[in-house]
Amino acid sequence: MGVFVGKHTRAIIQGITGGQGSFHTRLMLDYGTRIVAGVTPTKGGTQVHGVPVYDTVEESLKKHEANASIIFVPAPFAADAAFEAIEAELKTIVIITEHIPVKDAIQVVARAKQAKATIIGPNTPGIIAPNECKLGIMPAHVFRRGVVGVASRSGTLTYEIATGLSVSGLGQSTCIGLGGDPIVGLSFVDVLKEFERDSQTKAVALIGEIGGNLEELAAEYIAKEGYSKPVEAFIAGRTAPPGKRMGHAGAIIMGRTGTAASKIEAFKRSGVDVAEKPRDVAKLLAERLKKKSISTRGKSEK
Amino acid sequence: MKLYEHEAKAIAQKYEIPIPRGELANSSILVKEVTAKLGVSVAIKAQILVSGRGKAGGILFANSPREAETAAKKLLGAEIKGVKVKEVLVEEKIVAKKDLYFGITTDRAKCSYVAIASSEGGIDIEEVAVTMPERVIKVFIEPTYGFRSYHAYQITRKLGYAGSQLRDLATIFLKLYKVAMDYDAELIEINPLIETVEGKFVAADSRILIDDNALYRHPEYKERLILEGETELSAQEIEAKKTGLAYVKLDGNIGIIGNGAGLVMATLDAVQLYGGKPANFLDVGGGASADMTSSALNIVLSDPKVEVVFINILGGITRCDDVAKGILEAKKRVGFTKPIVIRLVGTNEEEGRRILTEAGVHFLDSMEEAAMKAVEIAKTEG
Repeated sequence: MGVFVGKHTRAIIQGITGGQGSFHTRLMLDYGTRIVAGVTPTKGGTQVHGVPVYDTVEESLKKHEANASIIFVPAPFAADAAFEAIEAELKTIVIITEHIPVKDAIQVVARAKQAKATIIGPNTPGIIAPNECKLGIMPAHVFRRGVVGVASRSGTLTYEIATGLSVSGLGQSTCIGLGGDPIVGLSFVDVLKEFERDSQTKAVALIGEIGGNLEELAAEYIAKEGYSKPVEAFIAGRTAPPGKRMGHAGAIIMGRTGTAASKIEAFKRSGVDVAEKPRDVAKLLAERLKKKSISTRGKSEK
Repeated sequence: MKLYEHEAKAIAQKYEIPIPRGELANSSILVKEVTAKLGVSVAIKAQILVSGRGKAGGILFANSPREAETAAKKLLGAEIKGVKVKEVLVEEKIVAKKDLYFGITTDRAKCSYVAIASSEGGIDIEEVAVTMPERVIKVFIEPTYGFRSYHAYQITRKLGYAGSQLRDLATIFLKLYKVAMDYDAELIEINPLIETVEGKFVAADSRILIDDNALYRHPEYKERLILEGETELSAQEIEAKKTGLAYVKLDGNIGIIGNGAGLVMATLDAVQLYGGKPANFLDVGGGASADMTSSALNIVLSDPKVEVVFINILGGITRCDDVAKGILEAKKRVGFTKPIVIRLVGTNEEEGRRILTEAGVHFLDSMEEAAMKAVEIAKTEG
């Protein structure tokens, strides 16, 4: 079973009638995700790819049972959509929308914490538990059910590394896009905790980038807790200049905070291996898992 | 988006935060007049959006209208850190008893705003945080009820003030929080926040950074962002902004285009790892059309330093056939003046590759291989 999502996930789609919403509804249905309803104010009573559409989340939940939502609503209205989902007591909320103001994101994340709901994103490709559930916009064909838990701040770079994991045969247990914004619902530490509890996950790949200090906090957590599973990290932006936003709103070195060097240094200090190239992540994890299985076998034989 | 000092000061004035008396001027004659009107010693401050303005000679002082005129002649039209000075702010010079710092910004780990104050103002707060961490006061702001009067009093007490000064300073903090929220500031700073010899407080310099994603709520600044404001941007960066592409100019000779911020950053890193120097960062984004790809190529090729272009596409929402069409479109429109290395995999890759093959354009499978190839070409071209 995946973390946060799995076979039990029954999702509604907020913003289902928009271009992106409708396109990805089709792809998620094709993947086997259980999409029970869609919501777009003023479009109630219509259907998108056979999924019934309602004007409000409240109405959709009177007719259907759901525990998750995925939001494709444009940035100026995305925070309202998230509050609506939280108020309706949905517990897993994926916010795909990019360009949500930081002030809105701070309020949404705070409200979700109070309601014990999990926010994935904003500005995320979503989350996928291969062969179980895809709540997101990632290309399904690069993923393969397996043992590596992946947490990442980027989209295509994750597909690049996931492809490597799939080809090597390791595959992924769950792949989570934390989101490219400065304020996001999940941190690397939150996800590490979930992967620690998840029996399908045998190793973890953390894909970070410049900006903020979530990677440093993850490194600290791994060292302090004596994290039990092998962790491999990759950090994008070694060549990024300070003060410039590198595509993602969150990918910016502010003053002295957020450099790739600081993150790499923090991981190395905590004994976490940092891959130099995306393709090395799968290779290095495979080696370490092999070593680990040999040493545990050795122990059990004694 | 960075606001000019005079824009930030205008906002401060609107919220009745005390600022020095002064006026904006764009000629030395005007500077002389303003100084005469103020009737005191003045500071003449270049209105440019670069940090470290003071150290770079962007602030001059004058004791008379004549001196002010001379100083203005030095500043206006001069280049400071590569940016031409078009306007100066002429302000009464404040005699400080003490320089304080106050700012509000976001804290990513706590997912909240944070108020930061220090008794050591006038210098970079990060410098203070390193050298005198005990002099930095931080209050994390609970999003549900915000920055309240007692937070302001807590900070003011820690700075050592009491009585009417406690009230005056706390009031300034509370007003600044209101500005930060009303204007969607990702950073607002008063540095220095001066305590005058008379015991009053004045915001001598202030800086506001508005969250780009919230600019739709502040249309008055959105216009000026593209039109004239960001004078420190290169021609390519302005063009990219208009097209909606994320572009950052760097100083190497290998032009880079990719889809997805993380992938493009990793591409730059790979190029550097193999001994090359990236000329730029350019993310065409998710679902890039043929048109976007063609504009991206135009922008990268317009940088004269570029010797070779490396296009790294991993198709997800982006379709390889669309990218291939965009590449050919650009080839038709501007011609390839420079060699191009392409890595194209993912959604509709067969069709994309067929289009390129027919047009005689080569492509590679792996990002690492392609990066090595681009570096090799750059070396022989350069």
